[in-house]
Amino acid sequence: MEDDTIVCRCEEVTVEEIRKAIREGAVDLTGVKRRTRAGMGLCQGRTCEKIVTQILARELERPVSAFKQATVQAPVQPITFSLLAEASHD
Amino acid sequence: MREVDLAVVGAGPAGLTAAIEGAKRGYSTVVLDMNPRPGGQLIKQIHKFFGSREHRAGTRGIEIADTLFYEAASAGVEVIVEAEVYAIHDSTLEVVVQTFAEDSLILPSEEATTSRSRPLSIAARRIVLATGGAENALSFAGWTLPGVMGAGAAQTMINLWRVLPGERILMVGAGNVGLIVSYQLMQAGGEVVAVIEATPRIGGYGVHAAKIRRAGIPILTSHTIVSASGESRVERAVIAKVDASWEIVPGSEQELEVDTICIAVGLYPNARLASLAGCELHYFPGLGGWIPVHNSRMETTVSGIYVAGDLSGVEEASTALEEGRLAGICAAASLGKERAGDHDEIKAIEGRLLGLRSGPFCQHRQDAKQELIGIGEAQCPQQ
Repeated sequence: MEDDTIVCRCEEVTVEEIRKAIREGAVDLTGVKRRTRAGMGLCQGRTCEKIVTQILARELERPVSAFKQATVQAPVQPITFSLLAEASHD
Repeated sequence: MREVDLAVVGAGPAGLTAAIEGAKRGYSTVVLDMNPRPGGQLIKQIHKFFGSREHRAGTRGIEIADTLFYEAASAGVEVIVEAEVYAIHDSTLEVVVQTFAEDSLILPSEEATTSRSRPLSIAARRIVLATGGAENALSFAGWTLPGVMGAGAAQTMINLWRVLPGERILMVGAGNVGLIVSYQLMQAGGEVVAVIEATPRIGGYGVHAAKIRRAGIPILTSHTIVSASGESRVERAVIAKVDASWEIVPGSEQELEVDTICIAVGLYPNARLASLAGCELHYFPGLGGWIPVHNSRMETTVSGIYVAGDLSGVEEASTALEEGRLAGICAAASLGKERAGDHDEIKAIEGRLLGLRSGPFCQHRQDAKQELIGIGEAQCPQQ
């Protein structure tokens, strides 16, 4: 992949930005996420998580299975704050 | 707060069969699905399935979806569509439902435009997660241009919404999804320029590949996509040959004039809710990635939460139908007395699953599932 190829399209994070995050110490998906925002957009990593994992595996020379999925948080579907507020009064 | 005996997330083949088994045993059963129509991926399968009669060979997927929904409704299952489950905690599902009347949850109305979103909490004694799979993405130069899409998305567009995504299409991936969707795009009036496949072998069944070849579409194995480009959408793609170590063979690049690029490079289990619920996951590349660990009764490491279908390993609709049934029977059995006949039914399902997972194409799935269940038997709650 070319350096300027986009990996996380929600947050427009490139391959090079992810490699840089790894060079700066990211060793897992959460580390990459905190440094680059990859996986923090609308789709919450549904699209790019596997690709980021492949880059991590290649750069750190470890198997893909060594990288757990990023921690899942609620809500797992995008919903509005007003609905969340309504739900809490239920 | 609604209270039910069994809540199922996902109204695809696995979810509907699980629900049918629960309701047939007299348990109040709800199925939640985010789509406007039950059936999961079956609703866009316009081709006839093949295999054995008991797995409805010769029937189109869309007809199987209708039959299952009818069977579920007759058994007393409440199917709530356009319902997004956004959280799960302590066997309670947090859901957003689209409805304009409190008591008309079964199917969306023609006047769906007047619907209103509202939250709903459902406490369930048992939960079956049948959230299916999602398409793998591929990152290459220009992949974010409009015109690049998942093959499943293209299939939804043509078969469900009757919209042709483009005129000249490149299909990336020659597994069953890539081959079937290519053929259906042709049927819908599109021109498939080529099907490319990075591995040296066509992954899908020969019968599907033959249909593509007969139509004169080249299937180029050991070929990958290098880039997509265009002014404001895809106008061309560059493909190239790859060698045994996946490196592009210099000088083998060729440019194709296409306006649509479909990506069919496999699915992964949609394990977000399972993960949020605290289910242990294990990595099985042959089954699509991270899978919730489950025992032979389809129960996960979280007591009372069961899984079935592509979530418990990406396979096919036929295996999903069987696993859903298995999960439904076992979840129901754990709620009360095991019914006379449950044991035999479970044995019969296991036998059919074994059959579906045998043969050169499928043995690796049997081996992986065996290993998964082995881990599950050690880690999951005992009866």
